[in-house]
This record gives sequence, C-alpha cells and structure tokens, in this order.
Amino acid sequence: MSAIAGAVIQAHALGKVYAAGSEAEVVALRGVDLSIARGEFVAIMGPSGSGKSTLMNLLGGLDTPTSGSYHCDGVDVASLDPQALARLRLDKIGFVFQGFNLLPRMDALENVAMPMAYAGVHRHERQQRARDALAAVGLADRGHHRPSELSGGQQQRVAIARALINRPPIVLADEPTGALDSKTGEEILSLFKQLRDDGHTVVIITHDAGVAAHCDRAWVMHDGDLHPAGATE
Amino acid sequence: MNLLEVIRTAVFALRGNWMRSALTSLGVIIGIAAVIVMVSVGQGTQAEIDKLVSGLGSNRLDISGGGGFGGGARGAAGSRYTLSDGDASAIRNEIPEVQYVAASMRGGTQVVYAENNWSTQWQGVQPDWFAINEWTIDNGAGFDPHDYSSAAKSVILGETVRRELFGDEDAIGQTVRLGRVPFTVVGTLQSKGQGGFGQDQDDLVVVPLETARRRLSGATALPAGAVQQITLGVARAEDLDYVQGEVEALLRQRHRIQAGEDDDFNVRNIAQVVATRTQTTRLMSLLLGAVAGISLIVGGIGIMNIMLVSVTERIREIGLRLAVGASPEDIRRQFLAEALLISLIGGLIGIALGIVGALLVGRFGSLPVALNAKVVALAAGFSIATGLFFGYYPARKASMLDPIEALRQQ
Repeated sequence: MSAIAGAVIQAHALGKVYAAGSEAEVVALRGVDLSIARGEFVAIMGPSGSGKSTLMNLLGGLDTPTSGSYHCDGVDVASLDPQALARLRLDKIGFVFQGFNLLPRMDALENVAMPMAYAGVHRHERQQRARDALAAVGLADRGHHRPSELSGGQQQRVAIARALINRPPIVLADEPTGALDSKTGEEILSLFKQLRDDGHTVVIITHDAGVAAHCDRAWVMHDGDLHPAGATE
Repeated sequence: MNLLEVIRTAVFALRGNWMRSALTSLGVIIGIAAVIVMVSVGQGTQAEIDKLVSGLGSNRLDISGGGGFGGGARGAAGSRYTLSDGDASAIRNEIPEVQYVAASMRGGTQVVYAENNWSTQWQGVQPDWFAINEWTIDNGAGFDPHDYSSAAKSVILGETVRRELFGDEDAIGQTVRLGRVPFTVVGTLQSKGQGGFGQDQDDLVVVPLETARRRLSGATALPAGAVQQITLGVARAEDLDYVQGEVEALLRQRHRIQAGEDDDFNVRNIAQVVATRTQTTRLMSLLLGAVAGISLIVGGIGIMNIMLVSVTERIREIGLRLAVGASPEDIRRQFLAEALLISLIGGLIGIALGIVGALLVGRFGSLPVALNAKVVALAAGFSIATGLFFGYYPARKASMLDPIEALRQQ
C-alpha cells in the first residue's frame, strides 16, 4: 500500500442527521471513522438505505456533516460554506455516477471539457486536455459523438475522463458498473485500477461484492455504521 | 467562469430550445416595440405643443380693450378703444416685473407696389412689439426713434408681402402704398413660416403706432392715445400670474372700474390655455406609456415562466454542474445570463421593429412622431431591466438547488 503522503480522506466520528431537532429526524450516519491513504483503491459496500450514499455525499463535498470532522486532502470540510464546498468539489473530487450523467446535447469532448470552464481553464487548453483525457480512456476517435451515439461502457469512460479532467486527487464512483454488463464492468474496473496506479485515490460505492473484490480495501455500511468488510458477516 | 464563457453557455442552452426562446423573446419584442412607438408618438405630440407654446410665447400677456356694454349688447373684445398709450406707460412704470410693453393697433389694407398689389394686415406698434413677438429684421434699418415720434410713413414688410410685391427685387428704400398713403420700406422681417395654428405669420406689414393711428386706422373720433391692444412680456415666466393680477388691478384703477363692475378690457394668458392642452397630452403619453409598459411586464412574466420551466427541466444538469465544481454563483449567473440574453435579443429586435413602426406611424398615420436616441436607449435599458428583474428569481431558485436532490431527479 502506497500511503506516502498520509490520509487523503480522514473522517472522524462523522455523523449525519436529517431534519435534526424535529420529531422525524433520521440518523443516516452514526459516527463513522474512515481513513483512506493517497493512491488507495477502496470500496464501500452496503445495501440501499444503509447510509452509503450519504457517506459519499459527505466525502464528495456535496453535503456537510452534522457532527464529527472530515478532512479532505487537508481541508476541513465542516467549516466550508456552499461557495467553498463548490471549490472543494472542483479541485479535489471527481464524480462518476451509475447513470453516467452526461449532458445529452454536448458531444463527448464538450462533456469532458465542461468542468474546466468552472476552473477557469483557457478555452484552447480545455480542448487539448479534453482530447488527451478521451484518448487516455481509449475514446480518441469518439470525441464528436453525442452520448446517445455511444455505448454504455463508452459513456462511462467519457464520464471518467470528465471526473479526472481537473486532476483531482480523489475519484468518487457511485455504482460505476451498475448500469453495465459484466464484461464492460470489468473493463471499467481495470480503468479504475489504472487510475490508482497513476496515483489517484479511488473510492467506489457499490452493493456488488464482486466489484469490491477488485479493491485494495473494502468496508461495509450497515444502518449508519461502517465496518471493515468481513467483520460483520 | 468568465463572462464570455457564461454567455457562450447561455447561447448554447437557448439554442437547444430555440423555438421556445424565440417565442419567449417575442413578448419582449412586442413590449419594447410598443414602448418605442408609444413614447415616440407621445413625444411627437408634446414637441408639437411645445412648438405652439414657443410660437405664442410662454411669458406674455395680451390685453385687449372692449367688453362693456354699448346699447345693451356686449361688445366683442377689442371692439371698443378702452385702452390707451397711457395704460401701456403705466404698466411699464408701475410693474417692475414687466420687461416689455407695446401698445398696438391693427387693421386690413391693400399694399401696392408698381403693378403688384396684395391684401394684408397692418400692425401699428411700439418698439417693444418686435421683442415680445420675437421678430427680427433681416434687411434694412427698421424704425428709428424718430419714426415712432413723428408718425413717419415708414413700413416694414413681412416676408410674404415682400415676396408678393417685390419678388427678387430689393425692397429697401422703395415706396409702396398702403391704401392711398405712400410709405417708404425701411426693413423686412425674417420669415417665421407657419404658426402653431397653421396661419401664415409672415403675411403682415408693420408701421409705427402713431402712423397707424393717424394714417391707417380710418377712425375719426378716437379718444386721445387710444390703442386696441397692449402686449407685454415678463422676464421670468413664473412671474406671469402675479403680473396678470397686477395689470388687472392697475387697469381697473386707471379705468375707474368700481368693485363688482365688469372689466372693460380682457387679459389673455395664452400660456394658460396651452398648459391645459399640454397636460392633456402628457396624460395621453402617460397612458400610452403605461399600456406599453404593461405589455413589457407581460413579456417579462413570459421570461420568468419559461426560465422556471427550464430550471425544473434541467434540474439534473444543474445537479451535475454543481457536482463537478460549479458554484451556486456560477449556476445563478448562467440562468440570469439566459434570461438576459432572451430579453436583450428581444429588446434589440423590438427596437428595430419599434423604429420602423414609429417611422410608419409618422409617415402614414396622422400622428406626429419624435424618435430620438433617448427613447431607444430607454427601451434598451428596459429590456435589460426586464431580463434582470424577471430572470433573477428563477436563477436564484436554480442556484439554491441541493446538488444531491438535483442529481437524484430522473
């Protein structure tokens, strides 16, 4: 394990309560401790409703915890306002979704280049970097295809290229193979391994133990608690 | 995201639904075009009235003799010689706010030069008459003080009379006959053209008051110093009402009119008449503007409506953009830019249509139209304001979306 620069994701007693204080409060996370080193490829498993999506939203800076602390690549996330959270997502996090979430009216290159506009990258550099990123996921010749003209696996590759385009240290993938057949899923997973080898920290949220088997480490989320895989079952 | 990028993204988004964007801007197009046409017509009417006012003079009073009873019938204004030189002098001496005073008489005559003749009006005037009526002499020396005091047979010709009698010939120094009396032409008046009521203002000849009284009035038994009219001008228009009161009081005193008796003179304040008309026009302009403004508001509501629909439709896109690092500020700017772009493009087309419309109304309608840059700038400002005002709420709504909720939308 290559934990050279220490933990890039460092959560301590992380808690999330929805509608806190009201009668109908829902505890989604009950004090989760999690430490992921730079360059690790890890999985967080769990059935739906277990709180794993909540955890991913917190790790990805889409949401803030109601208790505990979370340091993302050295940044204390709990203290951030929406504007600063957006900056964190821009600089530190690349998201990959189950449903790809490509913008249908843009071609593959435009989809990949889109996040760079928010980072203030110059137009010419954007085009160059988007081409390079598409080539890196093996889609050099698909740049001008719309998502509807691409297969599911190709679309997910575009999405991965997009997630990496601002060179974030962390890639968060929510069921990245969930919408793909098993062969294509394997291809996507090997792409993630390649990312790990390139020094990215990859966190995959999945309910599929087969996917988790590819990872360096795995946790299981259950009812708001996080356990190392194998410890509870 | 820099401004250029924001605009580019907005253009991209609008093109994706161009029919809808076009229909939405149609509301603004109609609104802005209506504003331009309406305001142009309003201003045109206003300008017409202003021209009328300045032609009449907004700081003058016209006093005519008359009124009073003669054999049981009330005489028309000016029908009796109740005013005199003395009244004019008294006004000049006792009311310091009065800048100019001129007593005058007028009548009709035939002017003859060689084989040409022309029927016209004569005016017998005192020196201030020229200033009050804003006449300038463009040729010749005009009257000198001696002309006034000695009832000299000198005449100044209006442009129409000069043209009819002399054509291209030089009139100065020539002798013309007014009726049977020979006069020397000592000047010509600069042309004023048509008056506010469409009459030819240049169709007149001017002689000194004393000359008119003796040679032209034809009246044999005039009271000494009698005149038909006294015209006065004040330096400051706001003194006019005060001066009118003073003049009335002074003349009642001089004419020994007891309390409760009718005046034997009339003081006309033309500015008052015109002011009433101006007010009516202003009200009409306001009404037209309000109608146009309402159509612009309707257009703006159209923008807001479509932007709200757009936010709902693109909630997933918004969620994704937020997830990849767009800040709420970025999202707000993007939707605001879209609304602004719709209203701005609508505004530009509306301005073009409005200008064409105003020109058409000016040419084929019977309404006066004053199209100026201010109206166009105003319309452009309105279109921007519409976009900002009606785009703000949807944009704010988009920016406040929770990215998690937005991404969860199908």
